Amino acid sequence: MSKVLMKGNEALAEAAIRAGCRHFFGYPITPQTEVSAYMAKKMPKIGGTFLQAESEVAAINMVYGAGGAGVRVMTSSSSPGISLKQEGISYIAGADVPCVIVNIVRGGPGLGGIQPAQSDYFQATKGGGHGDYHLVVLAPSSIQEMVDLTSDAFDIGDKYRCPVMIMGDGMLGQMMEPVEFKDADVSNLPEKTWATTGTGMKRKKNIINSLFLEASELEKLVLERQERYAEIAKNEVRYEAVDVEDADVVLVAYGTTSRIAKTAMAKAKEMGLKVGIIRPITLWPFPFEAFNNALNGKDKKFLCVEMSTGQMIEDVKLAVGDKAEVHFFGRTGGIVPTPKEILNKIIELGGAK
Amino acid sequence: MEKVFQKPHALSDVPFHYCPGCPHGIVHRLVAEVIDELGIEGDTIGVAPVGCSVMAYNYFECDMQEAAHGRAPAVATGIKRARPDKVVFTYQGDGDLAAIGTAETVHVAARGENVTTIFINNAIYGMTGGQMAPTTLPGQVTQTSPYGRDVKTQGNPIRVSEMLATLDGPAYIERVTVDTIPHIKQAKAAIKKAFQMQIEGKGFSLVEVVSTCPTNWGMSPQESFQWMRDNMLVKYPLGVYKDITKEEEAK
Amino acid sequence: MTYETIFAGFGGQGILFSGKVVAYAGMIEGKNVSHLPSYGPEMRGGTANCSVIVSDELVASPIITEPELLVVMNGPSLDKFENAVVPGGKIFIDSTLISRECERDDVESFRIPATQMANDMGIPKLANMIMVGKLIKETNMFTWEQLTGAVTKLVPPAKAAMLESNIKALEAGYNF
Repeated sequence: MSKVLMKGNEALAEAAIRAGCRHFFGYPITPQTEVSAYMAKKMPKIGGTFLQAESEVAAINMVYGAGGAGVRVMTSSSSPGISLKQEGISYIAGADVPCVIVNIVRGGPGLGGIQPAQSDYFQATKGGGHGDYHLVVLAPSSIQEMVDLTSDAFDIGDKYRCPVMIMGDGMLGQMMEPVEFKDADVSNLPEKTWATTGTGMKRKKNIINSLFLEASELEKLVLERQERYAEIAKNEVRYEAVDVEDADVVLVAYGTTSRIAKTAMAKAKEMGLKVGIIRPITLWPFPFEAFNNALNGKDKKFLCVEMSTGQMIEDVKLAVGDKAEVHFFGRTGGIVPTPKEILNKIIELGGAK
Repeated sequence: MEKVFQKPHALSDVPFHYCPGCPHGIVHRLVAEVIDELGIEGDTIGVAPVGCSVMAYNYFECDMQEAAHGRAPAVATGIKRARPDKVVFTYQGDGDLAAIGTAETVHVAARGENVTTIFINNAIYGMTGGQMAPTTLPGQVTQTSPYGRDVKTQGNPIRVSEMLATLDGPAYIERVTVDTIPHIKQAKAAIKKAFQMQIEGKGFSLVEVVSTCPTNWGMSPQESFQWMRDNMLVKYPLGVYKDITKEEEAK
Repeated sequence: MTYETIFAGFGGQGILFSGKVVAYAGMIEGKNVSHLPSYGPEMRGGTANCSVIVSDELVASPIITEPELLVVMNGPSLDKFENAVVPGGKIFIDSTLISRECERDDVESFRIPATQMANDMGIPKLANMIMVGKLIKETNMFTWEQLTGAVTKLVPPAKAAMLESNIKALEAGYNF
């Protein structure tokens, strides 16, 4: 397959279609509107559904309906829109309906701005909606990875019957990079025997539901779901770790920020500093093992870099415990940190040794 | 012995949780009878609301999804788009359909989404214990309008059938009630027509059933129906508000 | 080798497209590339810019804060980016629309009356391609064949006339 130059939002939409997604429900919001526009153009030509919903709330509930009826379905939005979808996301998690939700994050809170940010980390990884549930959260750092993870997102959702979020940011959505689409075979996806497809008078009825008034029944179901989450944590953790073993300073960054951190890392190395990086690809489940591997007895400092005032740092601290210092550098409100700013922080930490 | 009356197949063999005298049981039965008569149980997917009929997913034998409060039309849209060859219906009360879910209701109708909505209007929030609904009449006493609904501060009731009939999307809208045998027969005919229109691909259909809530109105079932006739049917007159097959005939 | 270029001007001048041509040529040649546009309200009729990186290495940050190459097609863009260019960098100025000279003496600047040339040639919308032609000529980022090869692939085959004008514009810039 040859490479094509594509905008992130459009590449993501194409990847979803290639993963067998034929149903997309969305609502326009910058900086992810190109996903909807692409779907609007493509879906009618391949017998799929693109529907511009009356609201983000309606869109996520259409996803719930279609996902419950057993098809691969996706919605896409950006921060304020994702807040509106939280009700539906909680119901989807509670009813064990697989689907893919894309958040191309912009600065917040409130209406915030439209420039890239990572300030929805808490919302994505720690709940967002009400109740005991998790989203699997995938954080690509390039358009190619966004394409690859979109396909994985549908597979993970179907395998564990859970909603999966792809979390990018305005920069990933808007930038163009060469991508190669690997042709996934989606002709033989496993049958969803639990879905509401009509009984055909051949089986007992299926119910898609998150209401369980009997407390003991609800507890049992929530605990069963927790077991599935443990399986996900065992099987689906993804991260990249580079030059961590011998590093004095280990950068921790995901998505767009990790690319900038890598530029800073290369410059620090030119100066003779020993710097490595851990890049979580799954934000939930968080890659704790990457930190266990890094804490090999050698004295290290961790520097968490985010486009927020410090959200992932809580997981980094949890992972590192009292075994090493954890420092933070972040910009927020839509400001993207520069390699120089990160480099200065590395020097400050490395030089203090 | 000859069997002269039995439960429709599409109605599950479980006891209802509804209060004594509640018309939900009648309407559930009518929907199930229609599903039986049309032979569509195996091809039907229902959407339950939040409200008194929240557990409707236990009462119908077809596949069911339970929606968040007010979102049944959006959920039904998702199901119908995923399974266009299936019959999809929602069953919703007045709080669900005309307050928290107004946007979903208006837009499912405006899109002419090929689904059917059964709308129970009893002018009160029953499940939560009798609060003011969007269809509560002016002056009507509820837990949250203890001095009677004051339209100056609490707004006016919404006539859903009339409002939706102004849209181009809906194919069929009728308001019925279930207080007498003739009215029950008429209600069943309306529900059947609504499902038939969906099967024929004509677009959105809605049957509004003006109903009662003896428990929260604080009346006997018979008194409730009398109060409904004297008050609600004045505000909410029975009749067909939209029927594109009639419009087509007229042309 | 890494080329970091900022293209900047008004919306409607084809700024993003000129960046796309360069990124596309890089991709065809097997380089690592990224194209990052400015977006949002500022795009709707206001100024437009994009950062394009063409590199033998993996592109780390797609943001360019200190470009080696700057292509500007209006005054505000020169004001905004002139001082960001690294010493020894090159600035390409559409002199039809920007009357002032480049004030830096540690960079090389080129003044091309691209808008005037495009108007004279009867292809008023292709001043951007004239600028790209000059950029490629002065940087040797690509050969002439590589550049025209990229444009040929970017312009839909059904629009042969459009391709011809694009190449004409590139040529005018390349030979300026």
